[in-house]
Amino acid sequence: MTTASSADHPTRRDFLFVATGAAAAVGAAATVWPLVAQMNPDAATIAAGAPIQVDLAPIAEGQDIKVFWRGKPIYISHRTKKQIQEAQSVALSSLPDPQPDSARVKAGHDQWLVVIGICTHLGCIPIAHEGNYDGFFCPCHGSQYDSSGRIRQGPAPANLAVPPYAFLSDTKIQIG
Amino acid sequence: MSGPSDFQPSNPALKWIERRLPIFGLIHSSFVAYPTPRNLNYWWTFGAILSMMLALQILTGVILAMHYTPHADLAFKSVELIVRDVNYGWLLRNMHACGASMFFFAVYIHMFRGLYYGSYKEPREVLWILGVIIYLLMMATGFMGYVLPWGQMSFWGATVITNLFSAVPYFGESIVTLLWGGYSVGNPTLNRFFSLHYLLPFVIAGVVVLHVWALHVAGQNNPAGVEPKTEKDTVPFTPYATIKDAFGVSCFLIFFAWFIFYMPNYLGDADNYIPANPGVTPAHIVPEWYYLPFYAILRSIPNKLAGVVAMFSAIIILCFLPWLDSARTRSSKYRPLAKQFFWIFVVVCILLGYLGSQPPEGIYVIAGRILTVCYFAYFLIVLPLLARIETPRPLPNSIADDVLAKSKGRAATAASVMLALVVAGGLFAGSTQNAKAEEGGSAPPAQSWSFSGPFGKYDRGSLQRGLKVYKEVCSACHGLSYVAFRNLADAGGPGYSEAQAAAFASEYKIKDGPNDQGEMFERPGRPADYFPSPFPNEQAARAANGGAAPPDLSLITKARSYKRGFPQFVIDFFSQYQEQGPDYVDAILQGFEDKAPAGVTIPEGSYYNKYFPGHAIKMPKPLSDGQVTFDDGSPATVKQYAHDVTTFLMWAAEPHMEARKRIGMQVFVFLIIFAFLMYFTKRKVWADAH
Repeated sequence: MTTASSADHPTRRDFLFVATGAAAAVGAAATVWPLVAQMNPDAATIAAGAPIQVDLAPIAEGQDIKVFWRGKPIYISHRTKKQIQEAQSVALSSLPDPQPDSARVKAGHDQWLVVIGICTHLGCIPIAHEGNYDGFFCPCHGSQYDSSGRIRQGPAPANLAVPPYAFLSDTKIQIG
Repeated sequence: MSGPSDFQPSNPALKWIERRLPIFGLIHSSFVAYPTPRNLNYWWTFGAILSMMLALQILTGVILAMHYTPHADLAFKSVELIVRDVNYGWLLRNMHACGASMFFFAVYIHMFRGLYYGSYKEPREVLWILGVIIYLLMMATGFMGYVLPWGQMSFWGATVITNLFSAVPYFGESIVTLLWGGYSVGNPTLNRFFSLHYLLPFVIAGVVVLHVWALHVAGQNNPAGVEPKTEKDTVPFTPYATIKDAFGVSCFLIFFAWFIFYMPNYLGDADNYIPANPGVTPAHIVPEWYYLPFYAILRSIPNKLAGVVAMFSAIIILCFLPWLDSARTRSSKYRPLAKQFFWIFVVVCILLGYLGSQPPEGIYVIAGRILTVCYFAYFLIVLPLLARIETPRPLPNSIADDVLAKSKGRAATAASVMLALVVAGGLFAGSTQNAKAEEGGSAPPAQSWSFSGPFGKYDRGSLQRGLKVYKEVCSACHGLSYVAFRNLADAGGPGYSEAQAAAFASEYKIKDGPNDQGEMFERPGRPADYFPSPFPNEQAARAANGGAAPPDLSLITKARSYKRGFPQFVIDFFSQYQEQGPDYVDAILQGFEDKAPAGVTIPEGSYYNKYFPGHAIKMPKPLSDGQVTFDDGSPATVKQYAHDVTTFLMWAAEPHMEARKRIGMQVFVFLIIFAFLMYFTKRKVWADAH
């Protein structure tokens, strides 16, 4: 733009150009907002992500089930005495992502392990009851998790995540 | 684009690129240094407006495609979910749907401008023909886009337009089958239309590049119609044309925003809020307003093949315009006769558009034939003849002379141009209001609604009472399948808390499953569930209701309308009247009379309703005084019930209306301030040039 004014003498013309340019920038930013915001989850998706309730009664000791919450598989394992024993006795210093078993289950419900069944490496689903640690084995890149869902071996950087959940009764939990 | 540029960037990195790909030089020579005639008026800003509209349509279209499902069973619902659930989905859909109309509105002005100033004449014939190709592509794109929501008008529009090709001798039927991908318009048709609707805008963009290229080779025409001779005749494109175009664009956006935020359904058809039904054709089928003149030409010819040929010829004839009009003088400013015939031609086109929206009967058919003859006569008789007999007024020596000769009052020109635009827009758009012949139904009385006008809001008390009336009365037969319980707690809705909405939901039994045993089961409703429909399927609804399935009420206030007539529809544009639907629904609920008036026979199993088209409605009188008791002491009368349940159903059809109007006001304040800033900036920039 050709302006006749010099830099040290701001004129009315300069003010007008700056004001118009600023208004255009504000308008452009306000226009971009809805164009980007539309990519976030829509209201129906958010509503469908509401908490779910799961009945634990049918799950026998040593069994596990997979339920879906917000499109993610949640493993609910009814751990055996041996699995609990192993999970509690391992030395924390030997773990890549040190976390005691008590921090991963609810107090008084030691037999129930509830974890999001998504490998923390690159998002594959680990297979239960496989691997060397009585826990989970991820077939994609060989990560192995123990009976508390903690990473023990392989490329995954962190333990399997524990979703937010609470016991409504001894045999019923609410996830979310 | 008109040749090698001597532009050299000073930045070394840009220099490096420029030596290998002279893109900055191209941009500089095409959009900065490019000489543009200094006497261009605001009609010339429509090129920039059209570029902006094309970009906006592609942008919003790509976004809508992220959420849309091109399947015959899901398309209608997916569009509703875009409007209801996607963040700002209502805004994006309105921008895209109204944007199509704005695009055509701008292209018609652009074309008429070219016609008036002779912009198609030597050496701009190729430029003009490329424009006609863009226009044809736009028509195809617009038509296929209108099919995608898969409402009644989408479906029947697709049926009628594809059937045009059946007029082709020998191959007609095969061509139509090929277009459909089936024995009738169906899912394969929708799928391919979606694919092509996504493709064609990019083809348009490609032809636009050629159009601009041709423009930059020949140079712009101008109101005087004389070629620039010296430096004094032109100004550089940037900043002069850029800033002027930007001002034109900002004014156009105000006009556009009026539709997006306040009149989103003004140009649409209520029937398109009814899902496609291959068994029932809407009583009055009309295309979108921008096709109406050609539709009128089609209908005015009583022979199928001749009608189709006439309709396509009406567009193709534009390609031959440079040779039909062989007058030397370009601009109609200096052609006293051509100028008059031009305006007559504009009126002919507008009248043809009006006729296209009217039922093809009586005087309308005769008028249509006369105007069709006028349309073709303009190109085939008037223009060739004028070129031979007309004596043009003397042309100015140069563009600079033309500018000097111009009297004062430039600001007035800009204002009057914009005013003319708005008025013309209102009239032209208004002429689309299709004929919903009353067929014996009286016009519903206009009610006073809390949600009408630019500041309209839903009356919370009325919404809550209306929900009660729906739940206790209407829901026995009518579904509300696009409304979820969670919506009751949404902003701009009935104003319940989330806990109240959850409690309301839990009173319903929702079918869910299958469970681990593979069986369906019932459970209490959750906020995420939708209102359950009273009948498992349409056949059951039909069987239980004497053969007429009670319609779903989610969209009823937008899917019903009545004829407003001239000049009411023009006034509606300015007064933002959008409440035909609610007025109609309210009137129907109150329009039952025990005894039909003398001379009206109502068939067995039907009931007399004053406002129902044809008067014989299958629904028995649903409401009577005292049927529902309100906690807030509102009168327990049919009048009150009808008002409240209609308010509730208006919210059900348009849950984001309050946000739409609120954001609309903010956008308007901004755009008006911005247009003023642009105007003064433009004046400052141009001060040097005058």
